Amino acid sequence: MFEYATAAVEGALAAGAAYADARVVVSKQESIDVQNQAVQSLDRTEQAGVGVRALIGSSWGFFATADLSRRAASAAGERAAAIARASAVVPGDPMQFADVDVIQETYETPYVEDPFTVPMSEKVGLLVGVTKTMQEVKGIAIATGSLTFFDTNKWFVSSQGHRIHQHLIESGGGFDATALGDRESQRRSYPQSFGQYETGGYEAIRTWDYAGNAGRIAEEAAALLTADEMEERETDLILEGSQLALQIHESVGHAIELDRILGWEAAFAGTSHLQLPKLGTFQFGSELMNVTADATLPGALGTFGYDDEGTRAQRVDIVKDGIWVGVLSGRDSAAIAGLPPGGMVRGDGYNRLPMVRMTNVGLLPGDSSLDEIVADTKDGVYMATNRSWSIDDKRLNFQFGTEIAWEVKNGKLGRMLKNPTYTGIGPVFWGSLDRLAGGDEWIHWGTPNCGKGQPMQVAHTGHSAAPGRFKDVRVGVRG
Amino acid sequence: MSRESHLAEQILDLVGDRAEAEVVASTGNLALTRFANSFIHQNVAEDGEAVSLRVAVDGRVASAKTTVTGADTLAAFVDGALETASMQPVDEDWPGLAQPSRVPAVEHVDEATYDASPEARAAIVKDFVDAGRGTLAAGYCQTEGRSSVFANSAGQTASGRQTSAIIDGIHQTGTSAGTGHAASVAIGDLDGGTVGRLAFQRAIDSATPFDTKPGEHEVILAPDAVGTLAIFLAFYGFNGKMLEEGQSFVDLGTQQFDDRFQLWDDVTDPRALGIPFDSEGTPKRRLDLVADGITRSVAYNRKTAKKAGVEPNGNNVPGAEGWGPIPTNLFIGGGDRSVGDLIAGVERGIYVSTFNYCRILDPKTMVVTGLTRNGTFMIENGRITDAVTNMRFTQSFVDALGSGRILGLGDDARLADAEFGPGITFVPTMHLASWNFTGGAEG
Repeated sequence: MFEYATAAVEGALAAGAAYADARVVVSKQESIDVQNQAVQSLDRTEQAGVGVRALIGSSWGFFATADLSRRAASAAGERAAAIARASAVVPGDPMQFADVDVIQETYETPYVEDPFTVPMSEKVGLLVGVTKTMQEVKGIAIATGSLTFFDTNKWFVSSQGHRIHQHLIESGGGFDATALGDRESQRRSYPQSFGQYETGGYEAIRTWDYAGNAGRIAEEAAALLTADEMEERETDLILEGSQLALQIHESVGHAIELDRILGWEAAFAGTSHLQLPKLGTFQFGSELMNVTADATLPGALGTFGYDDEGTRAQRVDIVKDGIWVGVLSGRDSAAIAGLPPGGMVRGDGYNRLPMVRMTNVGLLPGDSSLDEIVADTKDGVYMATNRSWSIDDKRLNFQFGTEIAWEVKNGKLGRMLKNPTYTGIGPVFWGSLDRLAGGDEWIHWGTPNCGKGQPMQVAHTGHSAAPGRFKDVRVGVRG
Repeated sequence: MSRESHLAEQILDLVGDRAEAEVVASTGNLALTRFANSFIHQNVAEDGEAVSLRVAVDGRVASAKTTVTGADTLAAFVDGALETASMQPVDEDWPGLAQPSRVPAVEHVDEATYDASPEARAAIVKDFVDAGRGTLAAGYCQTEGRSSVFANSAGQTASGRQTSAIIDGIHQTGTSAGTGHAASVAIGDLDGGTVGRLAFQRAIDSATPFDTKPGEHEVILAPDAVGTLAIFLAFYGFNGKMLEEGQSFVDLGTQQFDDRFQLWDDVTDPRALGIPFDSEGTPKRRLDLVADGITRSVAYNRKTAKKAGVEPNGNNVPGAEGWGPIPTNLFIGGGDRSVGDLIAGVERGIYVSTFNYCRILDPKTMVVTGLTRNGTFMIENGRITDAVTNMRFTQSFVDALGSGRILGLGDDARLADAEFGPGITFVPTMHLASWNFTGGAEG
């Protein structure tokens, strides 16, 4: 496949590109969805093609084709250069591009069990079984489960001499139970909303003991119908790990994307409240807040060998002892900001322009535990599993809803509460972090549905987190 | 014979009599010229073709998609789908294939848009950018052309072509942003200068915003805000799967909305985009969802229609097995009042240009949270007096449109942007009695 990527790069250079790179991507995906013991869909998708980007002046030109032939690849390179050249109608300053090591290597996701060779009967049987268990709980109207597996091969070539082959395997899934009341629906999910996804094989599914958790999840969903509504107030908030992971994703991960900070995403995804002159001094959170972007974490969903610019995967400090110290960057954005490129540029499939994406943006663990945090809380709430998320275009104001909550009184979990929400302003919220769990409660949560860019791209990102406590948070906001 | 017709025919031949089968084959192009900080920074295009296949082997169903469409690979693609299906349990709700029926003779196509050049998109971007003075512009100009063929082993066939063109962007001062948006079947209809001037004016007018108190406010919602109401109601409510599962607010035949509220779906309207059949080959026709405030119907695909005991109405979408059938050519009936007249009727209220990052809290109550963005203004004594900072809302969309709550409808209905994307809603400015703002966006 390198020959097609090479032809695309050569086509772009011959058409006048100052720099060009190309990716041939061949991928397959298998998705299984079961509802109430019946298979709703079983879908297999395969995709193959080459995408080439060409830099001329101030703009990237990008062209993609599913026609994998030398002729088509070369023509794609020429088209990419022509598109870049047309950008000169509305020009900017010449795009800068940071140097990186020229790499010619291969990388493969470590995995134990190829998910595509696990018998279909076993995979379907697992989901039919957990939905049956959930349906047996009184009050459960809808029980669903899903599994999705990804197998992606990428061949990357650049005009600087990069030549990289990567084979990535990702596996994930989960299930949920929905109970319906007169004018409400209540849902519980496991391992988290939208499922838990990891790099690796089918072992990533077996780890989570679906069968052993289905009954509990369903009983909680049913119990929510008669639970008390969460009242609006300010109180101490303890977040379960997967909800804290999404909090990191939305209010830290997107805010530190350098393309947003530079204004490149202003019209759609938005900008950031973070400004580069404050890098190294801005107080993002309390001293317990230590965030890294680490694309080398074994098993985490945002782990790979090299990004889609050929930069080696790396670990970068983002927040250290509460101070903002790092960004997510690529070769172009890093050069403009005068920073080293972070190896965080990825494209969705062969047909999307690579752009700055989160890798594994996670909160390093503390030394406490959920039990200790609860025991140390006189009055508060414990919220678990995301149900809704909304945040403004500067990544400041957020409102999250979770599936379930419990009140915390005098160091013990009390009443179950339904329709929990909390809201706040990013740095104020993170500044109130005063207890943080760690140990085996620190988990590499995966987010398989991060949307960004135009045309829209979906990225798979990881967010390590353990439960944590935040002081004086506004909870229970409803319309 | 077109390339996509050839592909569909090839695949049905490969399936033969081994299964019931339906195929969608499409070819086309998508190009998007993106600008930020007032220059074009990302400029992309793709050509491609794709095939979707669904097979049912004695009621055992599987689907497959591929972009690898060489003659030597299609046989393996088809065999793989059949093998996968044969391993499945029987789907007791399998509705069978669409039978031959006539598809409306509607084609929303403009040849110049199908073949639009990067220079043509860049020229529109230039007009948008040049409409500002001392501001930073950001946004995109997109063109798309697609040809699709549906065929199934029951003999139903349909083909359609579609194009679309969009200019969308903002102008930014140091303290504010204003938005503009236009979409059409034809790139020649796009006037980057006009759209850019609206965005620029909104940015300038909102350059010195103040914080206003949260709470219930009368509102004027511009079309790009109303579009989000329409698609949320459709996605979570007027959805045959959500209704069958008991998750929808919809109560058919009941006055659930203000009697001024008319909501329908109609790809045959000349103002719409798209093709006149769905991915199961069912023809699309006008579907009245709400008439005079009374909920009339919901969207169905073949499976949800079978369960409900009604006819499918052509609203299957990719992924409908999970989230259900969705109408994607939504219209809200407009009024005869200019936007200026609507504003003149407000003693004290808020004008909202767009919403941002809206998320449902509960589909049964249609409570949604989100924020205002790119131009939010205070209205006092019938005129816009000041800009206000962006605000968060938490509001039931059904309650907001309830009886007596629609105070006016604009005469400016157009293809609007919306939370789920552009080109799927054609809606006017709306004047609503109240909207629940729950906080400022920045604290």
